[in-house]
Amino acid sequence: MAGELAIEASGLRKRYGNVVALDGIDLTAETGMVMGLLGPNGAGKTTAVRILTTLLVPDAGTARVAGVDVLKEPQRLRARIGLAGQYAAVDENLSGFENLEMVGRLYHLSRGEPRRRARELLAEFDLTDAADRLVRTYSGGMRRRLDLAAALVARPPVLFLDEPTTGLDPRSRLALWDTIEQLVSGGATVLLTTQYLDEADRLADRIAVIDHGRVIAEGTPGELKADCGGERLEVRLADRTQGPRAIEALASLTAGNASLEDSTVRLPLLERKGAVAEAVRRLDAAGVAADDLVVVSPTLDDVFLRLTGHGAEPDEEDGS
Amino acid sequence: MTSIAYGISDTLVLAKRSILRIPRQPDLLIGFTVQPIMFVLLFVYVFGGAISTPGLDYVDFLIPGIIVQSMTFGGFVTALGLSEDLKKGLIDRFRSLPMSRSAVLTGRTLADGATNVVQLVVMLGVGFAVGFRFNNDAASVIAGLALCLLIGYAFSWVFAFIGLTASSPEAANAFGFTFLFPLTFVSSAFVPVKSMPSWLQPVAENNPFTDMVNAVRALFVGTPAGNSIWLAVVWSLGITAVFATLAVWRYRHAVGR
Repeated sequence: MAGELAIEASGLRKRYGNVVALDGIDLTAETGMVMGLLGPNGAGKTTAVRILTTLLVPDAGTARVAGVDVLKEPQRLRARIGLAGQYAAVDENLSGFENLEMVGRLYHLSRGEPRRRARELLAEFDLTDAADRLVRTYSGGMRRRLDLAAALVARPPVLFLDEPTTGLDPRSRLALWDTIEQLVSGGATVLLTTQYLDEADRLADRIAVIDHGRVIAEGTPGELKADCGGERLEVRLADRTQGPRAIEALASLTAGNASLEDSTVRLPLLERKGAVAEAVRRLDAAGVAADDLVVVSPTLDDVFLRLTGHGAEPDEEDGS
Repeated sequence: MTSIAYGISDTLVLAKRSILRIPRQPDLLIGFTVQPIMFVLLFVYVFGGAISTPGLDYVDFLIPGIIVQSMTFGGFVTALGLSEDLKKGLIDRFRSLPMSRSAVLTGRTLADGATNVVQLVVMLGVGFAVGFRFNNDAASVIAGLALCLLIGYAFSWVFAFIGLTASSPEAANAFGFTFLFPLTFVSSAFVPVKSMPSWLQPVAENNPFTDMVNAVRALFVGTPAGNSIWLAVVWSLGITAVFATLAVWRYRHAVGR
């Protein structure tokens, strides 16, 4: 049913001694969506995932996942979720096939199904050739793929991916993004945590920005960017003295104050659609020569900086 | 299936995992076989001549003791394995699965039981090669072998608890050897308690390990048993009950990494 909530958490609190990991977090994700939990190390992302996957009991708050109360019926919930953590949680001394078969048996799949499902997933994740090799001979990217496959063994309706690409090289990261995109097109609800802004931008339908155990912003990637001033038009002038004329010519396209720095005019756009063509026409009509003209989208880095006053780069050990 | 049937099947799945690991990590296999053999040879040929055991050949005195010691440390793989699983996030994965909440531990300890059988056979083989002989009826010898495995199983739970409590595999290693190793030596395993200084004798006499060794020795070679057999069984069951409870509690509250 559309609009049904697959993840519904309210008022989650958790402290470790004096350290407040979660300071009252509310989270919701509709069925079939990818919810991104974005925040720096130590923001509380992993703690939230651990609570929602029954690994940790919160000090306060309630949560339902896949229609099951996390605190009241943890064992029933476990059959309906898959978890791929920050570390590839696979057994080094088993083969890829043996790992998946073991997980299938522990999910209590019906007879014969663990082996069948293991073969199916190995093919899906491009690991068939390595199926019978011990995992300790796998590359980092292969381990992550196997880890992800293990989370999918029981075809869980809700999937938790806790920093799935942390520590991977750029190529493996891109490959894993493709895999995750295919996977969510299959209809599962995904809660994805990440400290990479581009990752959340690419994979998530909605993003909750977390900092110091609180949700400080929530919305679609587009909304978060719009909060940050939306898209900008940048025009590099052939002659910098034409700056004021260029700004005047483009005035009706802008949503705010334009700026001139060196020979570049920057102005927030009202509407992206048709903006470039219209800008070229107007500059031409005003007799302004432009060397370059480009629409720049704000990055989630901009969003983070504006919301928290600090960048999104890791600045402390992960305390979650 | 009922939850008990699931519990058994989960245990077997995880025991298989632990057993598969052994031939794939040959250094572990060496720990299981070569190390105990070295111990037998060292004690029989190096120390043996200096240790007097009235009324009994030293080899007949030693083999039961050294077998009980090797059973005690057979569960060490469990401590290392659990500690690694914790570090690598595997325990998190297992805890997020709808499986029995104690199967990770019962699977490990069951696998230890299987490796202890292998170790028992190897040790007896070496023992026979250096002159050890059973000197009791078959029923007693079989009871002695069963007691060895029971002792090994009890200590597997001690190691399960250590593995889940120690901060790293290295710490688990240090912990095991610092506390358990001396315990096995201050006992009747390698030398008669009477040969120790008088202040140490009460410690050795009241060491549960002494009861275990005396019991196995009585069953294997017919030395006087006293209360040792009962005490050894009670100690083993008690250790199993206490440490299984502690280990399962640790597992349920385990925080990865």
